[in-house]
Amino acid sequence: MTILDKSAQLTRKDRGRHADRLFWALCVSAGFAVLVILALILITMVKQAYPAFSADFFTSSTWIPNDPDGDGPGKPVYGTLAFLYGTLVVSAIAVIVAVPVSVGIALFLTELAPRRIRTAIVTLIDLLAAVPSVVFGLWGILVVAPALGPVYTWLHDVLGGIPVLGSLFGEPRSSGRTFMTAGLILAIMIVPIITSIAREVFATVPDSDKQAAWALGATRWEMIKGAVLPHSFGGVVGAVILGLGRAMGETIAVALVIGSSVQITANLFESGYALPAIIVDQWGESTGVFTSALIGMGVVLFVITVLVNLVARFVVRRAEIRMRGAAA
Amino acid sequence: MTTTATRPAAAAAPVPADLRRSALPLRRRLTDGFSKSLMGLALLVALIPLGLVIFHVTSRGIALISWDFLIEDIPNSARRAGGGMGPAVAGTLVITGAAAAMAIPLGVLGSIYLNEYGKQNALARLIRTMADVMTGVPSVVMGLFIYVSYVLVVKEQSGFAAALALGCLMLPVIIRSSEEMLRLVPDELRQASAALGARRWKTTVSVVLPAAISGIVSGVMLAIARAAGETAPVVLVAGTIFSSNWSLDGANTTLAAQIFKNAGEPFPAAQDRAWGAALTLMVIVLLFTVAARMISSRFAIKER
Repeated sequence: MTILDKSAQLTRKDRGRHADRLFWALCVSAGFAVLVILALILITMVKQAYPAFSADFFTSSTWIPNDPDGDGPGKPVYGTLAFLYGTLVVSAIAVIVAVPVSVGIALFLTELAPRRIRTAIVTLIDLLAAVPSVVFGLWGILVVAPALGPVYTWLHDVLGGIPVLGSLFGEPRSSGRTFMTAGLILAIMIVPIITSIAREVFATVPDSDKQAAWALGATRWEMIKGAVLPHSFGGVVGAVILGLGRAMGETIAVALVIGSSVQITANLFESGYALPAIIVDQWGESTGVFTSALIGMGVVLFVITVLVNLVARFVVRRAEIRMRGAAA
Repeated sequence: MTTTATRPAAAAAPVPADLRRSALPLRRRLTDGFSKSLMGLALLVALIPLGLVIFHVTSRGIALISWDFLIEDIPNSARRAGGGMGPAVAGTLVITGAAAAMAIPLGVLGSIYLNEYGKQNALARLIRTMADVMTGVPSVVMGLFIYVSYVLVVKEQSGFAAALALGCLMLPVIIRSSEEMLRLVPDELRQASAALGARRWKTTVSVVLPAAISGIVSGVMLAIARAAGETAPVVLVAGTIFSSNWSLDGANTTLAAQIFKNAGEPFPAAQDRAWGAALTLMVIVLLFTVAARMISSRFAIKER
């Protein structure tokens, strides 16, 4: 009788209660770690970068970190505009090149490819994502940049006379280390990201919509145009913004192939600089306020990428909700 | 269309619609074919660089690879030929290992919170969003963060600092991928365990985790592969050395950092070393990636 009673005691007061609380606390604090790290990033870095934040920091494109021997303006100038410009240009090139390619691959995978080769292609795209960025950088600086030099010269000769294109495709740098090269290398690196999200988005298109298009006698392309694309527009936009965020933060490959010169020019065949690139490039030789300025650029980069990511998540989520509404 | 019109015998009876492909107007057929070939072309455009990278790294790195290359010290002048990548191999293993040792427990526990406790409450949703945001934080920013909050405090660049930075980069990836895997575990398992009188933590540790373990392991291995190739944080916080350092204290270096350093040098000897290091790194990363894929495909079969 007593034994039975004991075994049926299902109150919360028995052994193991403390273990349960402890395990819960462990898990919650692990979850909190994410929030704590993000908060610490912002606080500690802003504090460290504070001495470098001045009016020049955001408005000037003059970068004289160590005033050499008094022949400069007398004191160091930390203007980051040229780097911000380079980051924007390079990521814009990357996105413009990568988006059609990724959307094409995603459509190929979801709508065209037979099941058997689908897995193989997904593996290959994953492989592309697995190649470390520094390897792309090495390949970019030693193989791609020298190979693209003559191509740029040819493009400049052909298109140089046309008004707008002429200023974009100006006199090329012979080393081939240019905005364009950096943008192209970046494009390769963000293709897997955009592809995988676009693929997920396309997979959520309700089958009934597609069947309806088939039943109306649509060709495959007409089915894609009429049923798949309108349905997934929001999601694809989100994917593109995510890719943009990744492109802006990519450091090493860009640092190697962008050519490292501080200037703002419309000429895509010129050398430039990007925010993350200058941080790793000049880190070793920096001291004092110079270091603070580099950390300040890290803060700018952090804020931009966090905002871009938040916007992307928001867009994707809204698109998802709308899709679920349509499917119901 | 034209074929049906030229069939006079069937004029009286209702003509079945011609559904053959050739019956489509030429314009529609061409658009269709054109768009399909564009999709194929897109695939080609992405796969050609992949093939070229693998080809160049293999063909230029293979000559360098030998046992000596993997264990010998790095020459302290980039100009000099010979030497190896021993310190970088050691550093990659030590630093990535330490980062994994920090990030895996934290990440898995965090994912348990998200999927087993928090579910859809406000805190869990916030953590989920922030983990996604943290995935997007550039690695160079993570390096700066560790420099500011750790290196400046202890006043020494070290392998441990690099491990901290890589750990921070791995954490959100592990949290999100493990959470996906935990979500796949059917609720019946949890209910059965609860019905047997097991506590929540006991259920989680001895029923839910084992059920999801292969998926979690595969996610973790992908995160490790990514972290092993991260360069910027290591360049910022690990310092410089030329001989192997198997401890977390003191300066260290990794393969990725050495590739970056040597790729920018004008000397052929340095560039060769960079290719050799790149091949070594690629092999390590690909081994982890392939192993992760194999483990996760096994898991998928079990799910079915």
